[in-house]
Amino acid sequence: MYLSYILNSKKIALGAIFALFFAFVTSEVSAQDSANAVPEMVVKEVNPEHAEEKFDPAVTILEHIGDAHSWHLWGHTSLHLPVILYTPAGIEIFCSGEFLNEHHESRDYTGKYHTYRNVAEHIKIVGTDGNIDEAASAQIIDLSITKNVAAMLISVAVILLIFISVAGTYKKRANKAPKGLQSWVEPIVIFVRDDIAKPNIGYKYERFMPYLLTVFFFIWVNNLMGLIPIFPGSANVTGNIAVTFVLSVIVLIIVNINGNKYYWGHIFKPDVPWWLLPIMWVVEITSVLSKPFALMIRLFANITAGHIIVLSLISLIFIFKTLAMAPVSIAFVLFMDILELLVGFLQAFIFTMLTALFIGTAIEEHHH
Amino acid sequence: MELVSPSIGLVFWTLVTFLFLLLLLRKFAWKPILGAIHDRERSIETALASAEHAKDEMQRLTNENEQLLKEARAERDKILKEAKELKDQIVNDAKKQAQTEGAKLIETARHEIETQKAAALDEVKNQVATLSLEIAEKILRKQFEDKDKQQALVGDLLKEVKLN
Repeated sequence: MYLSYILNSKKIALGAIFALFFAFVTSEVSAQDSANAVPEMVVKEVNPEHAEEKFDPAVTILEHIGDAHSWHLWGHTSLHLPVILYTPAGIEIFCSGEFLNEHHESRDYTGKYHTYRNVAEHIKIVGTDGNIDEAASAQIIDLSITKNVAAMLISVAVILLIFISVAGTYKKRANKAPKGLQSWVEPIVIFVRDDIAKPNIGYKYERFMPYLLTVFFFIWVNNLMGLIPIFPGSANVTGNIAVTFVLSVIVLIIVNINGNKYYWGHIFKPDVPWWLLPIMWVVEITSVLSKPFALMIRLFANITAGHIIVLSLISLIFIFKTLAMAPVSIAFVLFMDILELLVGFLQAFIFTMLTALFIGTAIEEHHH
Repeated sequence: MELVSPSIGLVFWTLVTFLFLLLLLRKFAWKPILGAIHDRERSIETALASAEHAKDEMQRLTNENEQLLKEARAERDKILKEAKELKDQIVNDAKKQAQTEGAKLIETARHEIETQKAAALDEVKNQVATLSLEIAEKILRKQFEDKDKQQALVGDLLKEVKLN
């Protein structure tokens, strides 16, 4: 029943429509691709950098919403982020710029223990024969500071800067009316307290306030940063399944370690005939897991869908290869960006509110 | 599938970053902010309550003053009334006394007048008696001055006696 949240989301419906549209465009493009595949392959091999490549929106968009080891700024300028690899032989740290030579072509990098190659942003070990050693590659753990990690760190820095300075203002101006940044922050903090925590958790809300506020502002600020098309933003942090996975695992842990005897009693000893119990256990445990799962998918899908729509609209200019398309694209992108401002807040709110609701049901006292 | 397979690196960094953020914000931001908001709400509540209390106190004092004023007014009225009564009584008493005194004086005066009148009448009676005697003496003297007349008279008297 909790999975219905996913289907209820209008954004998902919108995303589905665009996915269809997108599939249509892609198949058409690939049909054209196969028609003049041979000459293109030749062109690419002669000079892959300067030839006019066939534009494939699917690849471009997936590249933009995915993670990367370097942060593209403009033209050939990128911010090369550090690569940190945990290999069985030891930890390997180097700059991701090592994967490019002076002509911005990709190359292999030989580190302390192995030779590495960047295959579509996955670091693989290259064997002595020049081919990828899949067995050895499977053993390395990529802990690089990727674009998403860097973007997340910037968001965290922004959040810390805002809230620690606001906390300072509160100390200085005790028992006075809020002022400046403080008066911007205070209504939102009170909103989280009075409209999210109190009604859903009840009188024990205070213990969960730090977590709820942190998760709310973490998601919101990352959503907003993702809307900025240039450097400090543009990463798809909250639209990455790894990030939403961690956030929902934390929800799962918080909800279940706070579950009281009524919560667990409801799961393991529901009011059903004894022979139904094993089925109920399966159902209840599925429900326990599906709640955070729904949170994970909802946030990921909403934010990713928004990024895909904006990028698709921009791609229209390159698909039609005409500047006349630009005003149309820009108008639609502007509309989508405004919608995304709302969605960014809404998703932060929904995630926090549902978390509060789950905590509320886990700590609820029953009086039978 | 690339899109929905979480990468370990990002999972690790997200976990570290989020927990780090949570701990830092809890200690340096949420505790002071929520505490300050709570304190402020408390102080506003207290201020409102004490204002209400002051209002009540004010009302009470006003009522008390009014009561006192009313009492003072009543007292004044009472005193005035008493004074008036006293005055009326004094005046009445004085009147009554004067009346009695006057009546008494009049009585004495009348008595005196009666006495004086009686005395005067006595005097007049005495005077009249004396005068009458003198007049009778004078008349008699005149009557009996000649002898003829005395003879006539005796003759008359004798006549009268003979008849009898």
